[in-house]
Amino acid sequence: MRIGVFVCNCGTNIAGTVDTKKVAAEALGFADVVYATNYMYTCSEPGQQEIQRAIAEQGLQGVVVAACSPRMHEPTFRRAVEKAGLNRYMFEMANIREHVSWIGNDREANTSKAIDLVRMAVAKLRFNAPLFSSKMPVNKRLLVIGGGVAGIQAALDCADGGMDVVMVERQQYIGGKMAKLDKTFPTIDCSSCILGPKMVDVAQKENITLYAASEIESISGYIGNFTVEIRKKTTFVNWEACTGCGACMEKCPSKKAADYFNEGLGAARAINIPFPQAIPKKAMIDAAYCRQLNGKKCGVCAKICPVKAIDFEMKDEIVTEKVGAIIVATGYDLFDHAVYGEYGGGRYPDVISGLQYERILSASGPFGGHIRRPSDGKEPKEIVFISCVGSRDASVGRPYCSGICCMYIAKQAILTRDHLPESNSYVFYMDIRSPGKNYDEFVRRAQEEYGVQYIRGRVGKIYRRGERMVVQGADTLLGVQVEVEADLVVLATGVESSLGAGELAEKLRISYDQYGFYMESHPKLRPVETNTAGVYLAGACQGPKDIPSSVAQGSAAASKVQSLFAHDTIETNPQVALVNERNCIACGKCIQVCPFGAIQWKELRGGIKKAEVLASVCQGCGVCNATCPPKAIQLQHATDNQILAEVNELCA
Amino acid sequence: MTDSNPRSSAPAEDTAANRQGIKIVGFLCNWCSYGGADTAGVCRFKQPTDLRVVRIPCTGRMDPLFIAKSLIYGVDGVLVSGCHPRDCHYAVGNFYARRRMEAFKAFLPFMGIDTRRFKYTWVSASEGQQWQKVVTEFSEQIHMLGPNPGVELRSGEILKVSSGLK
Repeated sequence: MRIGVFVCNCGTNIAGTVDTKKVAAEALGFADVVYATNYMYTCSEPGQQEIQRAIAEQGLQGVVVAACSPRMHEPTFRRAVEKAGLNRYMFEMANIREHVSWIGNDREANTSKAIDLVRMAVAKLRFNAPLFSSKMPVNKRLLVIGGGVAGIQAALDCADGGMDVVMVERQQYIGGKMAKLDKTFPTIDCSSCILGPKMVDVAQKENITLYAASEIESISGYIGNFTVEIRKKTTFVNWEACTGCGACMEKCPSKKAADYFNEGLGAARAINIPFPQAIPKKAMIDAAYCRQLNGKKCGVCAKICPVKAIDFEMKDEIVTEKVGAIIVATGYDLFDHAVYGEYGGGRYPDVISGLQYERILSASGPFGGHIRRPSDGKEPKEIVFISCVGSRDASVGRPYCSGICCMYIAKQAILTRDHLPESNSYVFYMDIRSPGKNYDEFVRRAQEEYGVQYIRGRVGKIYRRGERMVVQGADTLLGVQVEVEADLVVLATGVESSLGAGELAEKLRISYDQYGFYMESHPKLRPVETNTAGVYLAGACQGPKDIPSSVAQGSAAASKVQSLFAHDTIETNPQVALVNERNCIACGKCIQVCPFGAIQWKELRGGIKKAEVLASVCQGCGVCNATCPPKAIQLQHATDNQILAEVNELCA
Repeated sequence: MTDSNPRSSAPAEDTAANRQGIKIVGFLCNWCSYGGADTAGVCRFKQPTDLRVVRIPCTGRMDPLFIAKSLIYGVDGVLVSGCHPRDCHYAVGNFYARRRMEAFKAFLPFMGIDTRRFKYTWVSASEGQQWQKVVTEFSEQIHMLGPNPGVELRSGEILKVSSGLK
């Protein structure tokens, strides 16, 4: 084989701590290497042309590029060698940037390591063989998990493009956290007025199938061909029949059910439609509070329902949907401030979370839009906001900035002044983070036009004095202790990953970080893709985000799906397992271990059984390869010979 | 180039790592630990330079033979790293790997190899700092153990892998 080696300087990224010239010179001495050079930026267009020119002039049959991580530029260079007429798998990369030049300053040690890595890549390349992909049909249906604003945007964009969309929402209604908000910053738009029409669109589009009160049970398959099992949770109401008239809610005698929509501030009925604009507008029974379901005599709702939709015998139902791509938009959950003992640990009714205050402000909220204290229903006069509760605090395991709290506090303080012109608002803050269009101006308006008092410092303690709450803190700019007697304290509770985010990630086979936020494929260049092909991310499930960013990412994910669905077929990955029938002893172990059921029996003439790999199902993990006793099954592009060839180079 | 095979004759560079001649091979799964090592690089987390990484699709691809061969022939340490259990890109590959490597570890003393020369761990693609810690600690451990004398075999035959493809 005639091999060419191209060592990239990457400007000074690599050449700064690796002698690339020497690496190239050494490479010329490796078996089969006929050409070696170093280049300033190999990934640039002239850099790629340099490779293509060498392939033509030197008659190269294989190429090694020593540069950055193959996770970064392997596809780039594969395309480049393919254009020059080589098979794209006759190419190997040696990672001498992330794994060498960026992690050490010892030039000699780095150069020697780089030479080793190039030697290993050349050794592997000598065992490479051309591989060819086949085509597979794409099922042009999209699954959107999560019906918040990001998921809604993604679903609508794809539905507008003519695609079939399946949306699964865990709650009884879509709209997510945004549906609970009163107004949005920095425009003071009414949240439900801008979200409502989009929710209605989801319900009315004929090509969107909505499963509310449903969760993902299991996901199998791969890009273009996923099979999803959806658990429709028991609602005890036949939603086909329910018209959402609300007669059952009025008559339900169980009046103290938990009011999840109002963040526990009010009380709901056991049979409930959470808010007037709910989509789908269907009732659901909370089994924990229903008298009938807890062995008492009731059944009032069943008697009153004009369409006889109540069904106490209802059970969970599993439905199966087949889709070609998945957008995950499961959003976030609110940090539980009960861990802050100094703020009352959740014991004081008048120390509330940001989202609870949002419900208080909302006209559809528990107090009809009048600001009242939860404890006694009185109008508060002095209101204190405390920022960074569960954000930027390593002591509670939340070292990250939630990104939205500074802005929503400013908004809530402004709205408070609008509702109660006689009130005074105080904000205790660490820093004000308002990077966004018109965001900083908005905070300034809160301070200057609305007279909100911003005090820079942490609050050390909140305790009760009579009917009021005393907030003790420091003003670090003046260097004095501050004490404010407040009627209501609003904590700017931060963002954390959605409940059950980890379990869903495991079903989707995508990764998540230590806080439970899903990992994008590349933090800058592939922000909506995951490492699992065909699975995309939108909204706060990937990290704390405000509404504009969530909507933007929803549309971005939708455009990724549309570009995937623009093709009728996709190319399969040819790096799959292959059986050498002569060596196969038909033990069947590979069939047992394959996580994807990609290996089956094949019968030859005379009834001889052999294992056979279904190339379109195989994902290329190589578990079978490691299991096979006679090594008859080999994962192509990572065969035993290829891996051992690399190891061999180190066993000098 | 005067010598056609520089590998056999190239003088070792006079650096701290090469004075001791320590070489560690790392088998990293493509989806988590290779990404974690990349993340460590992107964040410029400094690490010892003894590790040479072999990229594999999944730790489930790990044949204990790869580890055995490395250690028998004198690589000083072997580090295998993959996705955290339950977070495998292929759902269960790292479970198979964990079983195999646990069983394999028990055989190392019978082969005359110090078990401290082999380690497996789980590092996700976001855990750059964790990767720095793993590499630093393992490299220190191998430096402490010194060069691996390898295992003398009467014949290299048993290590030949039959590959039907080639």
